Amino acid sequence: MSEPVSALNGAVSEGFATIREIGPLGMVTLRCKADVKALPKAIKAAVGTGVPAVRRIVVEGDRACGWMSPDEYLLVMPYAAVPAVLDAVAQAMGKEHHLAVDVSDARAVFRVEGAKAEQVLAKLSPVDFARLEPGELRRTRAAQVAAAFWREGDGFTVVCFRSVARYVFDLLATSAKPGSELS
Amino acid sequence: MLLLECPYCGVKAEETELSPGYEAHLKRFGPGSTDEEFEAYMFARKNPKGVHFERWRHSYGCGKWFLAARCTATLEVFGTYPAQVGEPPADIIEKIKARRPDWKGYK
Amino acid sequence: MSTRLAKGGRLIDRSAALEFSFNGKRLKGYRGDTLAAALLANDQMLVGRSFKYHRPRGIVAAGPEEPNALVNLGSGGRLEPNQRTTVTELFDGLEATSQNHWPSLEFDVGVVNSYVSRFLPAGFYYKTFIHPRPFWKHVFEPVIRQSAGLGKAPKDRDADRYEQAYAFCDLLVVGGGIAGLQAALVAGKAGARVLLLEQNAHWGGRAPVDGDVIDGKPAGVWVDEAVAALSGMENVTLRARCMAAGVYDHGYVLADEKVADHTPGDGRPKHRLWRIRAGKILTATGAIERPLSFAGNDIPGVMLASAVRDYVVNWAVSPGDRTVVVTNNDDGYRTAIALREAGLAVPAIVDARANPAGDLVAKARALGLRIEAGRGIAKVKGGKRVTSVAICLQAGEGAVIDEIACDAVAMSGGWSPVVHLWSHCGGKLIWDTEHACFRPDPARPPLNHDGGALVVAAGAANGAMKANAALADATTQAEAAVTALGMKPKKAKAPVAETAAEGPMEAVWIMPQGASVELKSKMWLDYQNDVKVSDVQLAAREGYESVEHTKRYTTLGMATDQGKLSNINGLAVLAQALNEDIPQVGTTTFRPPYTPVTLGALAGEARGEIFQPLRRTPMHAWHEKNGAYFEPVGLWRRPYCFPRAGETHEQAVHREVVNTRERLGLLDASTLGKIIVKGPDAGRFLDMLYTGVMSTLPVGKCRYGLMCNEQGFLSDDGVVARIDEETWLCHTTSGGADRIHAWMEDWLQCEWWDWQVYTANVTEQYAQVAVVGPNARKVLEKLGGMDVSKEALPFMAWADGTLGGVKVRVYRISFSGELSYEIAVPASHGAAFWEALHEAGAEFGAMPYGTEALHVMRAEKGFIMIGDETDGTVIPQDLNLDWAISKKKADFLGKRGQQRNFLARADRWKLVGFETLDGSVIPDGAYIVAPGVNANGQGNTQGRVTSTYFSPTLKKGIAMGLLLRGPERMGEVVEFNTVKGGTVKARVVDPVFYDKEGEKQNV
Repeated sequence: MSEPVSALNGAVSEGFATIREIGPLGMVTLRCKADVKALPKAIKAAVGTGVPAVRRIVVEGDRACGWMSPDEYLLVMPYAAVPAVLDAVAQAMGKEHHLAVDVSDARAVFRVEGAKAEQVLAKLSPVDFARLEPGELRRTRAAQVAAAFWREGDGFTVVCFRSVARYVFDLLATSAKPGSELS
Repeated sequence: MLLLECPYCGVKAEETELSPGYEAHLKRFGPGSTDEEFEAYMFARKNPKGVHFERWRHSYGCGKWFLAARCTATLEVFGTYPAQVGEPPADIIEKIKARRPDWKGYK
Repeated sequence: MSTRLAKGGRLIDRSAALEFSFNGKRLKGYRGDTLAAALLANDQMLVGRSFKYHRPRGIVAAGPEEPNALVNLGSGGRLEPNQRTTVTELFDGLEATSQNHWPSLEFDVGVVNSYVSRFLPAGFYYKTFIHPRPFWKHVFEPVIRQSAGLGKAPKDRDADRYEQAYAFCDLLVVGGGIAGLQAALVAGKAGARVLLLEQNAHWGGRAPVDGDVIDGKPAGVWVDEAVAALSGMENVTLRARCMAAGVYDHGYVLADEKVADHTPGDGRPKHRLWRIRAGKILTATGAIERPLSFAGNDIPGVMLASAVRDYVVNWAVSPGDRTVVVTNNDDGYRTAIALREAGLAVPAIVDARANPAGDLVAKARALGLRIEAGRGIAKVKGGKRVTSVAICLQAGEGAVIDEIACDAVAMSGGWSPVVHLWSHCGGKLIWDTEHACFRPDPARPPLNHDGGALVVAAGAANGAMKANAALADATTQAEAAVTALGMKPKKAKAPVAETAAEGPMEAVWIMPQGASVELKSKMWLDYQNDVKVSDVQLAAREGYESVEHTKRYTTLGMATDQGKLSNINGLAVLAQALNEDIPQVGTTTFRPPYTPVTLGALAGEARGEIFQPLRRTPMHAWHEKNGAYFEPVGLWRRPYCFPRAGETHEQAVHREVVNTRERLGLLDASTLGKIIVKGPDAGRFLDMLYTGVMSTLPVGKCRYGLMCNEQGFLSDDGVVARIDEETWLCHTTSGGADRIHAWMEDWLQCEWWDWQVYTANVTEQYAQVAVVGPNARKVLEKLGGMDVSKEALPFMAWADGTLGGVKVRVYRISFSGELSYEIAVPASHGAAFWEALHEAGAEFGAMPYGTEALHVMRAEKGFIMIGDETDGTVIPQDLNLDWAISKKKADFLGKRGQQRNFLARADRWKLVGFETLDGSVIPDGAYIVAPGVNANGQGNTQGRVTSTYFSPTLKKGIAMGLLLRGPERMGEVVEFNTVKGGTVKARVVDPVFYDKEGEKQNV
């Protein structure tokens, strides 16, 4: 079997912030209502975290669980761990109504890093970064396409759809061009 | 450009993060309905200058549909609320009545 | 002449000399100059020509209100027309050329319009070019277009880049004069998040020029201290060179930051468009001085008094050696005093008021200046430059009392608050009789989302014209604003300015008040568009009562300056002519932007490669490498065909069709929408969504389905696969996935929210390849890993497995009529799988094919295509798809709509096939003609073509289309109109042209 290839095969751009495509990264969409009893157990078994609060992401090593909507969670894990995660969720959820589906290949993931990483995103998304709370997962748009991001380490992790990976990479790289710092 | 708070995720979303869904609280009429009922469901819209109830989808956010009560003339927003209701919540009705004493109600 | 003074100039750095050019002439200026200041310093008063009469035009103002001094700036990729010299910062190497003249600025042929000006009155175009009607298109319009427009659009690609950015604040303060600075200080100290914008490169506004003293310090010192204090506050952001262009709903503000206008080519973005969301907006935008209407007030050398003062104080430039000041208020005296203090001659102050009195008048008297009270200017003399003024009694009709030689005139007609931003979102104005101006009505502000005031005005923008009043007003307004935002302002006293006591101004709209028609036809209101007092009066005589109509009829205020100088004077003249009060006549509507914003800034980053998002499949790079010719499908780019060396696109498509039908074709079908629907109620839900029944579909099988909107019109189609007891996978059209997924969620969230169904759009999770043709099975068997035989995987079944070591899901479905497998693989393996298929398929004649071959093949089979056979007015029954509509179901989306009588009628246009008698291809979009004409005299129609191709398989033109009662008319010959005129005959046939029995796809 061939090795999985991420959308841009690890492209990098250096500007006043560094843009790196990372991945392939394992991602599972879990749709389930918050009040389902088996949910905490399923998330714990899948990625080892608790259930995130509204608009939060809980990161635990190389795994995470993010709140996407009142009945949707994003599970993040190493790419190779996806089948095991799907099994774990299925087992924990049992007959409870839910949907767990592998979306690893439907996404592209970027790291925007550097002291001014925030300014790169402030040019693309209508988000008040001063009010972005710790651990907040913000779903919004980046210029003309849907995106989600959260603060992590020295910058942000940005997720978008795979088909527009080149567009988003070019957007981020353009926004990070030296000389265009906002402050 | 409007700013509406999504009642599901709490984001104060600007209009570019939302998709409009036009008038709220319509009753669906399917097979068996009269021509008049079906016409009212498909085509008859209030389009008021004043208090109005609308559907909006937080399409670039949590993806959920919600409803908004606002004044189309002044753009005052009386409130937003989840879509899974048959009629506007009582607290929003009260707020509108306080702000617009002449308001005739949403029906 | 205008020249540089030996001393002074608070904004220039004499140690930094800069070189620039105007119309090719090399000139010198200093860092800190505006282009206008530098031009005046080089005695270049004449800078352009007016729009209609090509009259010589000089610099009038010193700010963004400038109507005349517009130039082409730069060249090539940096050419910008209509740049206001008064706000253009000088830089070394700046190139400017004047506009709207031919052959030269000094000698312009178009000036002949001026001599015939009495034949070019208001509404001239409307009156003249209406008859004869046919002349408009071929004679009048082309000629008028030749002379239309000020400046020329650049031809080269813009060499600069632009960007946008979002900003958020509690209080946005617009204007960095003393009022704005004071407001920002109050709000900043209260802890509010403040954003302070100033359109100029420097802070402080007019106060330092006017010599105000604040808290015992010169205004300039107070300003520096305020800026330093604000810069030290973490919650305050200052942005100079940033013009707030417009205020929109719910506190949304656009502001244009001129990042690198003054440092072109330094690699920074030229402009940055800020998209600001503010809790509240405080406009401290100051006021603009009004011109006075006297004959010859457009001759170069006639300037606003405040502008004259600005040039002297800020840039040490004297507009003239001898400047006559003409005024109706005390502020004009400041200019006379400033000129005298700079050592220049002021032969007279012509004051329209009978008894001027006040500190400034007294000071002028003390300086020995000649004051002509109760006088006005009868006429300014001069051609390309003022030579003298004739003065008269203001109360009279213009009999000349005296003539005074001079080379500049400084006029002051009073001040108008800049109310644009207040008005953009609906703020109303009231008439201020004391200052003869409109100012914001605090009782009727623009409203915010909470019903409270969105904008507050402060300082001169609020009618508080004098420094002391402006500072007090700014303090009060800012305190109220932060209180309304839920914060507590710190108790502190407003700074105190020492202000000269001024006497009352007197409204003067025409000078002299009884001027003759001849004089009035030389009084300019709008300098750029050549609108005069006589034009507005003519409009009133012709019945124009509304100020909005008069504006459009006369073009008053419609130039690039949007009437910043002319509006109030114009409507005062209109009010007088209509014998009404000014407030009753009202103002025209203020609309964004305050000053023009370049298109580059509005486009921001969206140009070139990132003009819009392109969606690419995992195989996109392979397609590019293999010479694909792409076509847009929604935002996707799909290969249309893969032309080989020497092939036309048409030849490539034919080759691809024939190869697929005879051997093996490979199609990148990744763009196909894929939506998972799961839950105990999923079957019931899909039965509502599709016209057919999906709940009975056995696991492992596929079924074709149609979706309609509630009106019953066909909206999407695709194959549905039952994955397990509770799970279905719905394929949608390419580009339809997001729309259909949103459609599903709409019904699940808003109508059937108690149904247990979850959906997930997994379109991009999979790369999908259609393996098509007689050799399709062979190549899959060669890759190996699963049983793809007819028995194991019959038509309309699917199976999971591996092929060539890749995890796959294989669907036995066909959109071409051939033996066909659609194979979904994880997107991260898509490119490798695609290449493996080509490698393994080489011996079986594998070739990629594009969307056009796909279209031809589906048309040969009579398969419909959403968007070709449908257009939002077509129901499935029109396409003979009754077999896919359940008769048993009580309800599905669109069922009630389809029962409407006009959709249920027998005489609908319905789907049939067409074969031309001569074998040609029917033109795209052709209609089928019918006898007679309709009510509009147009030929009747009875149908139209929906898909039309040359069939390489059948070697003739084939088509599908909708024809009145089509299926009842098999064998009949009908006529399609053609692009060239005439018609082409075609026989009505079955739309399935190829393999009617479906033998090939079932092997």
